[in-house]
Amino acid sequence: MSILCGKDTKVLVQGLGSAGKFHAAQCREYGTQVVAAAKPGAAGTEWEGIPYFNTVRDARAATDANCSLVFVPAAFCADAIVEAALAGIPLIITVTEGIPTLDMVRVKRVLKETGARMVGPNCPGVITPGACKIGIMPGYIHQPGRIGVISRSGTLTYEAVWQLSARNIGQSTCIGIGGDPIPGMSFIDCLELFAADPDTDGVVMIGEIGGSAEEEAAAWIADHMKGKPVVSFIAGATAPPGKRMGHAGAIIAGGSGKAEDKKAALREAGVAVVDSPADIGAAMEERLNRG
Amino acid sequence: MNIHEFQAKELFAAGGIPVPRGFHCRTVEEVRAAHAELGGGLVVVKAQIHAGGRGKAGGVQLAKTADEATGHAESLLGSTLVTHQTGPEGKVVSRLLVEEGLDIRQEFYAAIAIDRRTGGPVLIASAEGGVEIESVPQEQLLREPVDVYAGLWPHQARALAYGLGLSGDSAKKAASVLTKLARVFLDHDCSLAEVNPLVVLGDGGVVALDGKMNFDDNALFRHKDVQALRDPDEEDAAEARAAKHNLSYVKLDGTIGCMVNGAGLAMGTMDIIQHHGGSPANFLDVGGGASVDRVTEAFEIICDDPNVKAILVNIFGGIVKCDLIAEGVLGAIRNVELKVPLVVRLEGTNVERGRQLLAESGLPIMTATDMTDAAQKAVEAAR
Repeated sequence: MSILCGKDTKVLVQGLGSAGKFHAAQCREYGTQVVAAAKPGAAGTEWEGIPYFNTVRDARAATDANCSLVFVPAAFCADAIVEAALAGIPLIITVTEGIPTLDMVRVKRVLKETGARMVGPNCPGVITPGACKIGIMPGYIHQPGRIGVISRSGTLTYEAVWQLSARNIGQSTCIGIGGDPIPGMSFIDCLELFAADPDTDGVVMIGEIGGSAEEEAAAWIADHMKGKPVVSFIAGATAPPGKRMGHAGAIIAGGSGKAEDKKAALREAGVAVVDSPADIGAAMEERLNRG
Repeated sequence: MNIHEFQAKELFAAGGIPVPRGFHCRTVEEVRAAHAELGGGLVVVKAQIHAGGRGKAGGVQLAKTADEATGHAESLLGSTLVTHQTGPEGKVVSRLLVEEGLDIRQEFYAAIAIDRRTGGPVLIASAEGGVEIESVPQEQLLREPVDVYAGLWPHQARALAYGLGLSGDSAKKAASVLTKLARVFLDHDCSLAEVNPLVVLGDGGVVALDGKMNFDDNALFRHKDVQALRDPDEEDAAEARAAKHNLSYVKLDGTIGCMVNGAGLAMGTMDIIQHHGGSPANFLDVGGGASVDRVTEAFEIICDDPNVKAILVNIFGGIVKCDLIAEGVLGAIRNVELKVPLVVRLEGTNVERGRQLLAESGLPIMTATDMTDAAQKAVEAAR
């Protein structure tokens, strides 16, 4: 078992350009069912055995796709996400980086109305090791197992997964929620699923400077994550205030969003917070051995 | 992206928000002409830099006569203004805004920003104007969510005006200004639109005495008019150069230059350097590909920083394999003459082959086995 996606997930791709094709092929190679692609005007044709449909609605009707992987360029991406949500796709995974913030405000409203879940934007995607990879993460570093991973970062997540797998600590599902100021699923949305998942024993949560999502997650963890250890690293302890650190959402503004405040809130909630990103795997191993 | 106060006020005025009459000046002569054009009476001479806290730093001066106004202009133009937002190096003043002096009765604070908690814009107002808003207790702030389509509804604008203690005509005028501020924010894809202070005049009029606008970089593609307001003089040269090459770079004041793929790992690398007693010279996300061209450009930017005593390259090769990344790094080193020690840590696909390429290159590269090892070696090398 796992959360969000598994062997039965049928993936539709929106934005099958050169990067989209490369990653769709990698997902399929990993074992993911990639059943359709939406491309206006391309209905009736196919790419590498993946049939094209003019609209997401047509693709869903013909293939029962229940997840969309979105690579559509930022300027048009909000429209693509809304199309998927209104077509009844329950899980939308948006890799695209650079979507305007106000577009995300509009998208969130539709997500709320339709009940669709969105992971991202500006994220590596979701992987349930050994079953299903929907995104751009390198599949081979993962190992099936019982630890959930949630992260605002891409390569830092790979780093954490690498450390876990090197210790033979497999992962149930790894979710990149993305580095934007207004994400789809939040830390808490993911934690709720991991808390309820009988096949997840603990969670690695990787946050970073900016916003207060980690503090909100800390309060939730204190009340709900009894019996499932949480290990965390917060990137950006050395970041100066007022400067955006690569990710649109990684900025200390008006004195809030500092790494030290986030770490303090998480420690208060009983989370094992490591100060070095090299210690994530070891900290989880230690927590699991403690039993 | 940030713009100057005079530019923000032009956008405010275009949106129907009353602002003081004023002129943007770059020379003392222009200031003299502006003083005359404004009636020859009381004027305010305001330094235009991309930073707040100008008043306290002496960047805002009152003048009654033309000689006083030009005197302020002479001392401000070309001077370096150090405010709590500029950093200790300050910013050079090359532009002034000369505005009519006004009869101010009351000052307020009003701003619209993105509330990440609620996932939408919010208007924040305070009965205390002209102060640093972070210092105002949360319970003294008025807040109204701004609808992304409708803007600020009239009843919200009225509630805010009454909440600020206004009544009658001034309340109506303030409500109108707040409604228009919301429209300006939405129409230009702002990340911040701030009026501090918003003032009520002796005659009951309501005016934006100051103006600050920041824009969502991701939305600039659909606002050519806003892009045209960019002032390259206000931007860090190295950061602008990096942006041109799609590298994300932020200059810091430490001694270890960093080149990393991915923003989170780049921050994590800075953190682990400090964790082991060193200090990062920069944040640099070289992106996923790490091609020869990009790595070369990144090395050049890092090496231009005279504080850099060692360089740490930390790449997690996932989809892009480590041997290709190693080739990129080696190609770049041959292009750039490195004068400081270089530590490279590669991890991921084909890592053995990548490390072998580095080792066999004959170039003075220290390879590291993991992040801790890399950080320790870089900190040692920078001593």
